[in-house]
Amino acid sequence: MNANPSLNGAHPYNDPGSDEPLLQVRSLSKLYGSRIGCTNVEFDLWPGEVLAIVGESGSGKTTLLNCISTRLVPTAGGVRYRMRDGRMRELFGLEEAERRFLMRTDWGFVHQNPADGLRMSVSAGANVGERLMAVGERNYGQIRKTAGDWLSRVEIEMDRIDDQPRAFSGGMRQRLQIARNLVTSPRLVFMDEPTGGLDVSVQARLLDLLRGLVTDLGLAAIIVTHDLAVARLLSHRMIVMKDGKVIETGLTDRVLDDPQAPYTQLLVSSILQV
Amino acid sequence: MTMQTPELATYNFAYLDEQTKRMIRRAILKAIAIPGYQVPFASREMPMPYGWGTGGVQVTASIIGPQDILKVIDQGSDDTTNAVSIRKFFEKTAKVRTTTHTADATIIQTRHRIPEEALKANQTLVYQVPIPEPLRFLEPRETETRKMHALEEYGLMHVKLYEDIATHGHIATTYAYPVKVEGRYVMDPSPTPKFDNPKMHLSPALQLFGAGREKRIYAIPPFTNVVSLDFEDHPFEVQKFHQPCAICAAEDVYLDEVILDDKGNRMFVCSDTDHCEERQAQGFRGVQAGGVAQ
Repeated sequence: MNANPSLNGAHPYNDPGSDEPLLQVRSLSKLYGSRIGCTNVEFDLWPGEVLAIVGESGSGKTTLLNCISTRLVPTAGGVRYRMRDGRMRELFGLEEAERRFLMRTDWGFVHQNPADGLRMSVSAGANVGERLMAVGERNYGQIRKTAGDWLSRVEIEMDRIDDQPRAFSGGMRQRLQIARNLVTSPRLVFMDEPTGGLDVSVQARLLDLLRGLVTDLGLAAIIVTHDLAVARLLSHRMIVMKDGKVIETGLTDRVLDDPQAPYTQLLVSSILQV
Repeated sequence: MTMQTPELATYNFAYLDEQTKRMIRRAILKAIAIPGYQVPFASREMPMPYGWGTGGVQVTASIIGPQDILKVIDQGSDDTTNAVSIRKFFEKTAKVRTTTHTADATIIQTRHRIPEEALKANQTLVYQVPIPEPLRFLEPRETETRKMHALEEYGLMHVKLYEDIATHGHIATTYAYPVKVEGRYVMDPSPTPKFDNPKMHLSPALQLFGAGREKRIYAIPPFTNVVSLDFEDHPFEVQKFHQPCAICAAEDVYLDEVILDDKGNRMFVCSDTDHCEERQAQGFRGVQAGGVAQ
């Protein structure tokens, strides 16, 4: 378990200019009995690319995200991922130990509700440090220093390091959750409505922060959102879903400025203009 | 009622029926084969409440034979209710000899202490365990903790120690201090003071742990590596006492604080009563027993 492939070093396959995909989703379907969660989804994700999955409630966005991140087992299809050693591996063919190791080192998962992704009864510092301890870091001073660095990167004051997330506001909790996920320098981060439930000004700051982090770290990210403004700000490419099917994909600016599918046109035109 | 005569056998040897003892012995053998691994077993109802040592009693009942000499301690003491009751229980149901002398015993059932006197190869120490799962207070789901043990995911254990240092400036866990057994399983040594942790390491005696309510048995075979978890910059340390035992003047032993009156007077005495008595017999005297303060 202590195999700890240079968590802070540069990743040869994290190069945004790489012409090999980081993740390949092929004819992925998830059925809940006879009801469709998502069906026949295919896409590639390249290193350093941010992909937004948009659509209305119940369109299968979260089901798709959970299948890709192996939190759900799909009914059909597969997901291949380029491991740190450069080899493409089928995620559902991995040993459970390998999958869990991947999830807490090479991946991050930012939940809509921070309480789902944080340990609410341990301090902020321990929340950030947990992944480090999980990969074998055993120096308290070092862990605390790294945790402090990450807290300041997500704009949480150093004097809050020993407070529990319960004592934090919604926006702070969400930033803490992001720090906790990014501390092992993952290459791929999944986000499920990361700005949901936050008020508009807090949302704007969080988006600003996320955009900075994603660019600085060269992260690849898959963001599920129903908020087209989030997609516009963060993503390079987007997928529009309806009733479990992908109805349009393309560069974010193209899809938002020149939507082709009737449903996308409806979606884009229904944004409130203030 | 009229039929009761002294000749009629009232209990099977050591209370439990033979099938149950076989089942528990199988669990014990498995536990010895996989040091530190919690083996589930079909724990029985015992004639005492949960929390009084039902797990330890079942383990003792399964390994005890007519030749054995049993010692039972409760927080190091031979003469508290729990220790006396369990000793009487086996006197009655197994008719075995009992002792309070550590050196004479072949089986020592203990509630939360390891005797001060070093254990020998022919002795077995049986611990009464309330909560066997070291990860329990951090991860409430049993399915998840079993998976974490299986995949050796023990980062969470250090989160607890981290929290201690962050809150108190040092590792403030003083009992049930987690250990790693033979480089593999993280184990809760039952609520013994961490003072006793080093005694588990490479002990010549067999150590068995029984949790009756939680239905788990685990073991440390003789001469097994037992390492207390810590950080590089906050290494594991045992409690230190600033004065010797007030009765036998022993140092480097675990002491209990005893309040003497309502004026704030107190004394520190050996938690291990047998060890203390033996030292007194050898002529050692502490300040309370007329000795001279050092």
